[in-house]
Amino acid sequence: MKAAVIVFPGSNCDRDAAVALEAATGAPPAMVWHGDAELPKTDVIVVPGGFSYGDYLRSGAMAAHSPVMREVVARAKAGTPVLGICNGFQVLTETGLLPGVLMRNRSLRFICKDVHLKVERDDTLYTNGYAAGSVIRIPVAHKDGNYFTDDETLARLEGEGRIAFRYCSAEGTVDDAANPNGSRNNIAGLYNESGTVLGMMPHPERLADPALGGTDGAPIFSSIVERLQ
Amino acid sequence: MSGGAPAKKSEGGLSPALIAEHGLSQDEYARILETLGREPTLTELGIVSVMWSEHCSYKSSRIWLKTLPTEGPQVIEGPGENAGVVDLGDGQAAVFKMESHNHPSYIEPYQGAATGVGGIMRDVFTMGARPVANMNALRFGSPEHAKTRHLVSGVVSGIGDYGNCMGVPTIGGETNFDSRYDGNILVNAMCVGLVDANRIFKSAARGVGLPVVYVGSKTGRDGIHGATMASAEFDDASEEKRPTVQVGDPFTEKLLLEACLELMAEDAIVGIQDMGAAGLTSSSVEMADKGGVGIELNLDHVPCREEAMTAYEMMLSESQERMLMVLKPGAEPIAEKIFKKWELDFAVIGITTDTGRFIIKHDGEVEADLPLSALADGAPIYERPHAPKPKLATVTADDVPAPNSLLGALQEMMGGPHLCSRRWIWEQYDHMVMADTVARPGGDAGVVRVHGTSKGLAVSCDVTPRYCAGDAFEGAKQAVAECWRNLTAAGADPLAITDCMNFGSPERPEIMGEFVDAVKGMGEACTALSFPVVSGNVSLYNETNGTAIPPTPAVGGVGLIPDIAHMGQMAIAEGQALVVLGETKGALGMSLYQEHATGAFTGAPPPVDLECEKRAGDLVRDLIRKGTVSAVHDVSDGGLLVAVAEMALAGKTGVTLQAETPLAPHAFWFGEDQGRYVVAVEASRLRELLLQAASSGVPALAIGTSGGDALQLEGEPPLPLGGLRSTYEEWLPDYMSAGRG
Repeated sequence: MKAAVIVFPGSNCDRDAAVALEAATGAPPAMVWHGDAELPKTDVIVVPGGFSYGDYLRSGAMAAHSPVMREVVARAKAGTPVLGICNGFQVLTETGLLPGVLMRNRSLRFICKDVHLKVERDDTLYTNGYAAGSVIRIPVAHKDGNYFTDDETLARLEGEGRIAFRYCSAEGTVDDAANPNGSRNNIAGLYNESGTVLGMMPHPERLADPALGGTDGAPIFSSIVERLQ
Repeated sequence: MSGGAPAKKSEGGLSPALIAEHGLSQDEYARILETLGREPTLTELGIVSVMWSEHCSYKSSRIWLKTLPTEGPQVIEGPGENAGVVDLGDGQAAVFKMESHNHPSYIEPYQGAATGVGGIMRDVFTMGARPVANMNALRFGSPEHAKTRHLVSGVVSGIGDYGNCMGVPTIGGETNFDSRYDGNILVNAMCVGLVDANRIFKSAARGVGLPVVYVGSKTGRDGIHGATMASAEFDDASEEKRPTVQVGDPFTEKLLLEACLELMAEDAIVGIQDMGAAGLTSSSVEMADKGGVGIELNLDHVPCREEAMTAYEMMLSESQERMLMVLKPGAEPIAEKIFKKWELDFAVIGITTDTGRFIIKHDGEVEADLPLSALADGAPIYERPHAPKPKLATVTADDVPAPNSLLGALQEMMGGPHLCSRRWIWEQYDHMVMADTVARPGGDAGVVRVHGTSKGLAVSCDVTPRYCAGDAFEGAKQAVAECWRNLTAAGADPLAITDCMNFGSPERPEIMGEFVDAVKGMGEACTALSFPVVSGNVSLYNETNGTAIPPTPAVGGVGLIPDIAHMGQMAIAEGQALVVLGETKGALGMSLYQEHATGAFTGAPPPVDLECEKRAGDLVRDLIRKGTVSAVHDVSDGGLLVAVAEMALAGKTGVTLQAETPLAPHAFWFGEDQGRYVVAVEASRLRELLLQAASSGVPALAIGTSGGDALQLEGEPPLPLGGLRSTYEEWLPDYMSAGRG
């Protein structure tokens, strides 16, 4: 199985994503520079965390118009799986591959900490290694992770089962106290219509190694391998 | 290009007021006249004034800093380069330094702190290292002071936004609140990088006729005279100095980091130096001076952000995210290609010469023609008068009233500014990016794994300003010892330190006395613990309207953990025996309990016995590596009871305490005697532990067991862990949110 990681000049979780992908697939992913209009043949594309082009404008807004993202959008529309993590999720919403927007956290502060997530489904490309309804612990690290979309879209996302993860307590309670950034319906990650594109604010690649204090992030990567290999 | 043409004459001469504005004394100006044999031009005056500023020349501190121990088998590069370098084995090395950004952070907290972080990271990657961990040491005024919230908020978000964007984890630090910092906060930032030991880059521009290259951001009018500002005390008009504060752009710095590391992989660079304080002036002077060459710059080629910048402005700008390099002949095309790829400016702006002169040309005129020897080593060096401070009396348990309840006092202290959780701060720092953080903030030391290995780098920043205020010699000793202790508690072999010496005006003998005492104390501890100083920075004139900060010799230490499978950590499990290692004598002078009970810090701070310190530390490291102890925590602020409470909170388990001691209970539980650790051990291994401690000559005393969900002391109602956690965690967020609206 071949994976590719998109590298913007301000990406800073590209190496972390590559390490987690290599652990899952057994081979280092292709690292694709933002200025490249050509993408190698690949089974899955990861848009990693960081600050793409500095994000002094809306997070991910400039990256969405880069040459490489035009190609990523084309591949995604043709069915290639695309996983956007943190800044990658922001970029995917800016390209329109995923609906909604990531606004400034309601605290207005950057927040870096472990959060608990409820896994909504276990029948997807990315979550077949979890049990539906289970609670996992992985970190968030962002200033703009407050997911917003209009009522109509939100109802559609909920109705179509497109919520991947919700922020919850350690016991699995989805409530405002467990919501670190003010996201609507505690949304931490969501799928596109076909379930091939996943955007998520938390960082599974940061807790995929026991030395770092947990491995709850690893099944995302192994789920992809399980399904695509 | 060649020198020789007489420098442009200043029009109408330089007024005494103008000379004073440049921070030069009359004697210093006379020295310039004597060296040049003529009046300097305005540009020359600017250049000399920044090079001779306290910030760049270390003119008051240099003779004392030279006495510090800087060598050891682990030291690859000591003070003098952009950062110090220590050996990590396997061909790897750690590059690190701590630096102050105090004056700008008080005037403009967000940008001041952000650019402090940017500057220290540039110092590290200039040497070829990839930054892998940041830390910071922050001193704010009293929580009651009107500006404190604004300063905390701005400094923390400035540090966070810069480091977070760079993708370098900020893995810890320390924060104090003390009214003596009301008018002068301290922002000390530390960065640690990793490099292959045979790929270290230095600043010397060795060789004549080599291209001098400018890369990075464009030059603007920001930060002009920042170094001079940082070399003067504040008064009521200091806020008007806001335009001297630089503005940071972390995205550009990220590009600069990647571009520099990419170029460093080629065989292209002779020397490289970041443009920090005094920007283009200081970087070019240092490179030429170290290389033993002259340098000639043509400012027509400097990329400028603003129009019609004068030579004076370009030479003194402290615009951020810029580097100066001297390249090997013919290496310009490869370098230019790499910097263009990263969309950064690249310009050849000069050449090295054999004239020994520093020549600046602009618009066809020679704006400066100075002998390099006058700029670097020619700066004045002062042996300023220093007055010793009388030693303070030792405080005994009888001098400090006992509390009604020890656990009640504990809860009040841990729910206050000195001891509360700093989570509100470090959760704003990305402390996990790079996916190698194996010990997160909140413990004794932050630890990052050396990528791709099982080795760990432990990092800690320490100083206890109230101790230094009482006795700068003992306080500086204590700072070094506590740093060494924190690295030890993580299971690391302490390797070396960087220091950040923050003091008031050296022109006052009592302040200079504090500085001299602190250097002596630091030197003694570094020597005794084989923990040399490999880099550092001095920040003087931290005073406002004649009131100085307490002496604050901050220490940043780095240690090596051979295998992160054997790390120390402070969370205790249930069913463990707790033991204090090191002697408890009940030292209450300058202790947090003393202030809690009496409202003041008085008397002599706790002394450090460096031999006992070393014995206890060596024992603890051995116990961690053998797996004898399951948890370790050093005993510092607040004493034994606070240390145990922090371990209980981290481990989410209660403890039942009892100790056989002849001391008064409040002196035993709250005394801040040095050289101590609390360790947790399986009950079945308690005897083994006590025997090993006895044979190592380290006092050991069992003080209780873990279990349940409360802290318990005989004769007192239990203190539920949940309640303690709430007060401990809530103080800082509550304080910060109370400032809204």
